[in-house]
Amino acid sequence: MEYVVITFLCLSILLYLLLGGADFGAGIVELFTSHKNRSRTRETMHHTIGPVWEANHMWLIIAVVILFVGFPAIYSVMSVYLHIPLVIMLLGIIARGTAFVFRHYDAVVDEMQVVYNRIFAYSSVVTPLFLGIIAGSVIAGKIDPQADSFLEAYVFSWLHLFSVAVGLFTVALCGFLASVYLIGEAEEQQDRRRFTNKARGMNMAAVTCGALVFIAAAVEGVPLVRWVFGNAVSLTAVIAATLSLILLWFWLSQGKTKKIRVLAGFQVTMILLAVGYAHFPDFIILRGASNLSLLENQAPPSTMAALGWALLLGSVLILPFLFYLFYGFQKKAPGYLH
Amino acid sequence: MDDLFAARSQMALSLGFHIIYACIGMVMPFFMAVAHYRWLRTNDPVYKNLTKAWSRGVAIFFATGAVSGTVLSFELGLLWPEFMAHAGPIFGMPFSLEGTAFFIEAIALGFFLYGWDRFNRWFHWFTGVVVGVSGLASGILVVSANAWMNSPAGFDIVDGAYVNIDPIAAMFNDAWFTQALHMTIAAFAATGFAVAGVHAYMILKRQNVAFHARAFKIAAIFGAVAALLQPLSGDLSAKDVAERQPAKLAAMEAHFHTQEAAPLIIGGIPDEENKKVDYALEIPGMLSFLVHGNFTGLVEGLDKIPPAYLPPVTVTHFAFQIMVGIGMFLVLVSLLYFGTLWRKQPWLTKRWFLWLFVLASPLGFLAVEAGWVVTEVGRQPWIIYGVMLTADAVTPMPGIAYSFYLFTAIYVSLSLVVIFLLYRQIKMVPVLYDTNEKPLAR
Ligand code: HDD
Ligand code: HEM
Ligand code: HEM
Repeated sequence: MEYVVITFLCLSILLYLLLGGADFGAGIVELFTSHKNRSRTRETMHHTIGPVWEANHMWLIIAVVILFVGFPAIYSVMSVYLHIPLVIMLLGIIARGTAFVFRHYDAVVDEMQVVYNRIFAYSSVVTPLFLGIIAGSVIAGKIDPQADSFLEAYVFSWLHLFSVAVGLFTVALCGFLASVYLIGEAEEQQDRRRFTNKARGMNMAAVTCGALVFIAAAVEGVPLVRWVFGNAVSLTAVIAATLSLILLWFWLSQGKTKKIRVLAGFQVTMILLAVGYAHFPDFIILRGASNLSLLENQAPPSTMAALGWALLLGSVLILPFLFYLFYGFQKKAPGYLH
Repeated sequence: MDDLFAARSQMALSLGFHIIYACIGMVMPFFMAVAHYRWLRTNDPVYKNLTKAWSRGVAIFFATGAVSGTVLSFELGLLWPEFMAHAGPIFGMPFSLEGTAFFIEAIALGFFLYGWDRFNRWFHWFTGVVVGVSGLASGILVVSANAWMNSPAGFDIVDGAYVNIDPIAAMFNDAWFTQALHMTIAAFAATGFAVAGVHAYMILKRQNVAFHARAFKIAAIFGAVAALLQPLSGDLSAKDVAERQPAKLAAMEAHFHTQEAAPLIIGGIPDEENKKVDYALEIPGMLSFLVHGNFTGLVEGLDKIPPAYLPPVTVTHFAFQIMVGIGMFLVLVSLLYFGTLWRKQPWLTKRWFLWLFVLASPLGFLAVEAGWVVTEVGRQPWIIYGVMLTADAVTPMPGIAYSFYLFTAIYVSLSLVVIFLLYRQIKMVPVLYDTNEKPLAR
């Protein structure tokens, strides 16, 4: 049963990165859009992510619940030593979620919109930045339960070059996912061209930040190179992700919207797979040799069984609805009223 | 402010904030479903406008509820890592099922809010009902997790280790049913009176009376039925608490001395030092009756509790008095309202009657907050009753006070923005819905 639970954990992290990430990315794209086009971008965005944004963010909650029910030791170590970045990420989530809804449901449209928009755009950057920082810190091996000063224990556990580089990489990936997604949603040629250019830009940013991650890893002594190139699965995944870049640029220029969406998702999945596989089952890499492994830190079997069944049952209930939700809003309604 | 106190305050603040949105998220979909149903049945466009106006309000509340809930699921670990490391696998079952309920709720809400004129009308209506049902389910599940903290079940402790874990038994602990029942009814009472009060105020201002009168009636009926049921379920809760948490019951009642034929103490100022209550009204034998069903039964007092494990009496007692006082007042208002409907009195046009509802509008939520203070403060100093002390559960990270100030600032400003938005929403009703059937253009 533990493998069922672990699969769901990986799946919800991946889906959060893909769907929630595209959602954050929409805000990032908005931030990097020139003033005169912003309201058009916003319009497209509201059509596409409005109906699904709630559902997209549920994946984070599922991941957290799986962690605290199934792997409580891991959850509590993260909560203690990554307290500060977690709080900042939460502030980002609060600000973003509320600003997004406020700006669309405020009955009066006036200068308050400027405030909502600004909060929305900035928090769309801060949240994935800190998500990335947290992800980077989990594997960087800088969390030190033996540390005796506040800075060592609660600040340098997450504030280092590697985690910041992962944070920037995450931001770029989100922006990339969103632009790719928006291309297919834009109704007019001119918007489609704009999003295609954005996608190219964001893709280059992601590749640059990816290089930065490797440099930072070398500086901070994180064995990233060994993880990624040291085993066949990770190596294949990385090569697949890199080679597909060529195909991606080709399809981008051809305007194949459906295909690039799949490809972008594939690339992100491969990156996650490459890093995740390399140190599975270790989830948190601690300072020194001791790591927190998923297999050794799981809850007792009765809990894992119950959790596994709850997840299986839940997905049987949820998946059909979820597909219908995404599908139902693909068709464009004649008069868009709500 | 020491770290433990800061952590407790931050937890209380976050939960106190979330519960308001949670109640609205659980209950408003049912109000909307009724209005929506009436529109589909009668074709009266006012009902359609009402459904839409409410759904815009709910979208605002829902987002705030969702983000504050997300914060909570991290806060449990950020503030109480030691608690979660042990309790997670035991009381996690409701949370894992709740994930499903939330998901269904979020999906159905997407359909409902964005589905106007896109889907079959009855399918669209049904998605609204699904939002409500899954909201209720998630409320019940999370309360059952809280009930486990009051009435731990489903594990044994051997040499300090938690063994023989049975998550299902933990979920169906002794307290889950009374707490979930009481909470569900409370959500209906609080939201019903809050919404009715707002619409009563608009009727008083003579604005869009047709619109607000229909809204008022739907909300008031839900609220009044719930308010009448509330004391019954509260009585069940009290009997239950007397049995499993005598310390909490004694603190609620400020019942310092174990005695037979115990009196019910109403009001008064508990004097924790001298173990007496000043200026209180005492009804002889009543507490024994409420707990045992006879006027002479023995009721354990705070003197039976080891001093180290005494809950704060004054706060618990005041909170309990506030809840029960409000409960009784709402019963009265509800009886008046049903009397009005029954006798077809024209009171609805009387200003004093509407003002009564305006007055009552914040009270339900006040009672909800007070009730949670009773439950949570009355459990102190335990985080898991009789098993783990709150002081042993708190995070080792220093400086939690700053985090508390930060969250206070955020929740206060968020509340202000929500109130501001709601005010604009209501102010715009005449503009948006005055003429018949005018679609809301964005
Ligand atoms: C509209 C709100 C409301 C109203 C009018 C009342 N309550 Fe209540 N009460 C709650 C809202 C609430 C609550 C917020 O929902 C609580 C907190 C925890 C819970 O399960 O319900 C609660 C808890 C709570 C508890 C503690 C349960 C526990 O710790 O397990 C008791 C004994 C009562 N209530 C009893 C009453 C009585 C005798 C009432 C008489 C009128 C009453 N309540 C009215
Ligand atoms: C008695 C207390 C609680 C009740 C009755 C309650 C109920 C609810 C309800 C009905 C919702 C739906 C959101 C809405 O409609 O606005 C919600 C949202 C949420 N709650 Fe709570 N909740 C409580 C406490 C908690 C706690 C302690 C946690 C964390 C562990 C939590 C986590 C969440 C999360 C993550 C969401 C967001 C889900 C979404 O996006 O729909 N809740 N809660
Ligand atoms: C939403 C309704 C709720 C409200 C308003 C509420 C209120 C409070 C308050 C006032 C405290 C502080 C008590 C004190 O330290 O003196 C507290 C503590 C706490 N509550 Fe609740 N509570 C709610 C529901 C829940 C639920 C559903 C859970 C978990 C499943 C929960 C878990 C906790 C924890 C872990 C603490 C901190 C430890 C403690 O003080 O015992 N609460 N809550």
